[in-house]
Amino acid sequence: MSHADAHPDFLRHHFHTPKQQFEAGKLGMWLFLATEVLLFGGLFCGYAVWRGNHPEMFKYGSQFLETKWGAINTAVLITSSLTMAAAVTAAQRDNRRALVTLLSLTLAGALVFLGIKYIEYSHKFHEGWFPGMKFYEKPDLQHAKTWDHSKPIIGNEPFTAAAGATGQASQSAAPTRGGPEAEPSTVALAAIGPAGLRPGALEPPQPAHDDHAEAHTTHPLQDPQRPRNAHMFFNIYFMMTGLHGLHVLGGVLLLSWLIIGAVKGRFSAQYFTPVDLGGLYWHVVDLIWIFLFPLFYLI
Amino acid sequence: MTTNEVTTPIESEPARETNYLNATTGIMSWLGTLDHKRIGVMYLVSVLMSFFVAGLFAMVIRIELMWPGETIIDQDTYNQMFTLHGAIMVFLVLIPSVPASLGNFVLPIMLGAKDVAFPRLNLFSYYLWVTGAVMAVAAILFGGVDTGWTFYVPYSTTGVDDRGAMDGVFFLTMAVFVLGFSSIFTGLNFIVTIHRLRPPGMTWFKMPLFLWAIYATGILQVMATPVIGITVLLLAVERTVGIGIFDPSLGGDPILFQHFFWFYSHPAVYIMILPPMGIISELISVHSHKHIFGYRFIAFSSVAIAIFSFLVWGHHMFVSSQSPLLNVVFSAITFSVAIPSAVKVFNWLATLYKGSISLNTPMLYALSFIFLFTIAGLTGLPLAVIATDIHLHDTYFVVAHFHYTMMGGALTGMLGGIHHWWPKITGRMYSEVWGRIACGLVFVGFNVTFFTQFVLGSLGMPRRYHDYSGPGWAQETTDLFHSLHFVSTMGSFIMALGFFLTAGYLIHSLFRGRRAPANPWGGRSLEWQCPSPPPVYNFAEPPHVGDCYDFSVLEWDEQEQGYHWRRDLAHDAGEA
Ligand code: HEM
Ligand SMILES: [Cu+2]
Repeated sequence: MSHADAHPDFLRHHFHTPKQQFEAGKLGMWLFLATEVLLFGGLFCGYAVWRGNHPEMFKYGSQFLETKWGAINTAVLITSSLTMAAAVTAAQRDNRRALVTLLSLTLAGALVFLGIKYIEYSHKFHEGWFPGMKFYEKPDLQHAKTWDHSKPIIGNEPFTAAAGATGQASQSAAPTRGGPEAEPSTVALAAIGPAGLRPGALEPPQPAHDDHAEAHTTHPLQDPQRPRNAHMFFNIYFMMTGLHGLHVLGGVLLLSWLIIGAVKGRFSAQYFTPVDLGGLYWHVVDLIWIFLFPLFYLI
Repeated sequence: MTTNEVTTPIESEPARETNYLNATTGIMSWLGTLDHKRIGVMYLVSVLMSFFVAGLFAMVIRIELMWPGETIIDQDTYNQMFTLHGAIMVFLVLIPSVPASLGNFVLPIMLGAKDVAFPRLNLFSYYLWVTGAVMAVAAILFGGVDTGWTFYVPYSTTGVDDRGAMDGVFFLTMAVFVLGFSSIFTGLNFIVTIHRLRPPGMTWFKMPLFLWAIYATGILQVMATPVIGITVLLLAVERTVGIGIFDPSLGGDPILFQHFFWFYSHPAVYIMILPPMGIISELISVHSHKHIFGYRFIAFSSVAIAIFSFLVWGHHMFVSSQSPLLNVVFSAITFSVAIPSAVKVFNWLATLYKGSISLNTPMLYALSFIFLFTIAGLTGLPLAVIATDIHLHDTYFVVAHFHYTMMGGALTGMLGGIHHWWPKITGRMYSEVWGRIACGLVFVGFNVTFFTQFVLGSLGMPRRYHDYSGPGWAQETTDLFHSLHFVSTMGSFIMALGFFLTAGYLIHSLFRGRRAPANPWGGRSLEWQCPSPPPVYNFAEPPHVGDCYDFSVLEWDEQEQGYHWRRDLAHDAGEA
């Protein structure tokens, strides 16, 4: 039997039926999304370890995130998931106009999300929170090169450089693991602060005129309550939301490509695989945000 | 329905029918191809080239260690040599080796499909591999890498101030990221192919065991590789902007890095070994012309190994200050991995028992695999015992153990597979005599090289050392280690000779080799039912699927120098 007659344009030569092709695509997409979840899984795991080691810095750092913006973004993404789901139905019903409209709405949601993230990020940079230590002061090169082996790395006697920068170092570390006898680990070091930094590197620049000092006390870097490593909270915040943001950006490209295809009439009730798979991707990107939002903004 | 090729032997026609090699010509028809067979061949060539480069690095290391003191390279170069040797062998050679090259070639044909599920994704993963390879070269050009293939923190986070963050370490970690996605997409493609493209009649338990192995590997590739992806990404970010997650001087946790790394890299060793195990199941059965023993046990043991291998990563960290309780748990689970591995070995032996064994080159490789892998697995056990591992950890004993697994196991299996499918891939027969000689050389050379290292390791020679003399070394120790290192290096020369010989006769066969029949060994799986080399879309119609280990239906044809369907049964085969 020849099946050339049953082979529509969109059916690739090595599949026998459109159903087989659709199911292969769907399984492939699910597997890909599993790898995405695992990719973020590594980060969530890192988050858990960090939070376990330095709860004080999460507690302190998270108050600088604006729940308002986070909540709006959550709402935006959930709505765009809804319009995406509706878009898939529109494709299945051969309703091209609805398809284009709904895809465009989803795209708009993605763009609004990115816009708000831009506002948030630039606000954080402005306040002096950056995604990595290298953005603060240059590390003390001399210290990094000449490692003093006679000094214990962990224990009662912390780095001299770090000790200079940090007063209450050991006290803040101890309670996190239940007493100073707890296994010496990187925990102690962490709370002491980055040893590579020059003493005082994290201190805010002193105002030129002493009489203006009053006005600056609200600056986060001058807050006396601030744990020494509060900035570390923002490293993981930027890392996780940044990787998620890249995925939203990927979604923007994907959605634009789908809209072009929809305008050209490439999708139909017989062939809507790309819309369906794009939808799956978009839902997972939303889902990851739904975990990120409470982890950073709420708890 | 078309008759199977085996039922109508090709009567030594002078001109070949069009096949996947001559259907289109020109370099672009290869570089842009979507044909799984051509992609498989491109992978094979690329992987073997990387193997050659990393092999040269290995020879430099071995020559350096032949005599105490500095022989040919200084310490820093030495550190770079073993790092690049390890990283290239693992990430560019062994991880993609069998699945991406041989798997790509035979999987769809064995399954009876026209191609893999996503041919474009397949080509894309190949180019990701190429990108990764280019980045690895960039790493060499940008100052080299000296962290070891494991990239342990703080080796991989220090040195930034001297060299800048965009140096060899950065490029090599990003290469690992890219190569990881190449591997993920290959695995994903194969899983979907096996799930969705099986033709009617090809049920799960009719699949050749090689496909089960590839399937289990695919699961590992998809489930484990993203973790190394995020790990090296975090490492690269740590180096460039200092997020302080791993770097202890920024408050990070270097042990977390080891957990992340081995969470992938232990399953990765099974990504390397499972497909060769699948090859061995085919070779043992086909070349002893006997039905495979314990089909379901072998099939499920692949899946069991895949699952267990996610739970044992801590055995690499017994001396890393991991909690004693964790050590015990990881040690116990590690023992259990030996069970499914042994199940396979016993089933292979039972298959050989009373088989009519042809000792041709693929079979010799298969037998040497069984021998070497058994040693490999057994020497893994003392490493899994916490008490002995404290002595053996980071000595040459570990080096010998993993070379027995990765080279004696994975690479030997791959060589067996290359020799087994060479007639199918190229349409030519290689010289059987030279094949056996080379296999013997590799086997002997390998054992001389690495068995000596078990001795070195138990005597306390640490791995990754450039020198074993000078202050702190007793003269007797230096002398003893010197003689053992010397023997080991001699063995590696024998091995190198074997590899050059192999390259020689295989390349020779491309031009002068006898034309291969469709079925030179008497295999029953579907790839032996289409001509050598296969046509572009493998099968015009879904082929007839039978028991792929029932060899009673084949008979030898003297004139054709190959097997074909027994004439008295010819009709059943065609009709089915
Ligand atoms: C019965 C099976 C096996 C057992 C019980 C086992 C056990 C172990 C243990 C406990 C270690 C850690 C030694 C140490 O660092 O102190 C180790 C290292 C290693 N094993 Fe195995 N193993 C087995 C099979 C394999 C296989 C099949 C492969 C690869 C194909 C493999 C590859 C490696 C590698 C690459 C290392 C060392 C990595 C490094 O530190 O650079 N092993 N093995
Ligand atoms: Cu392991």
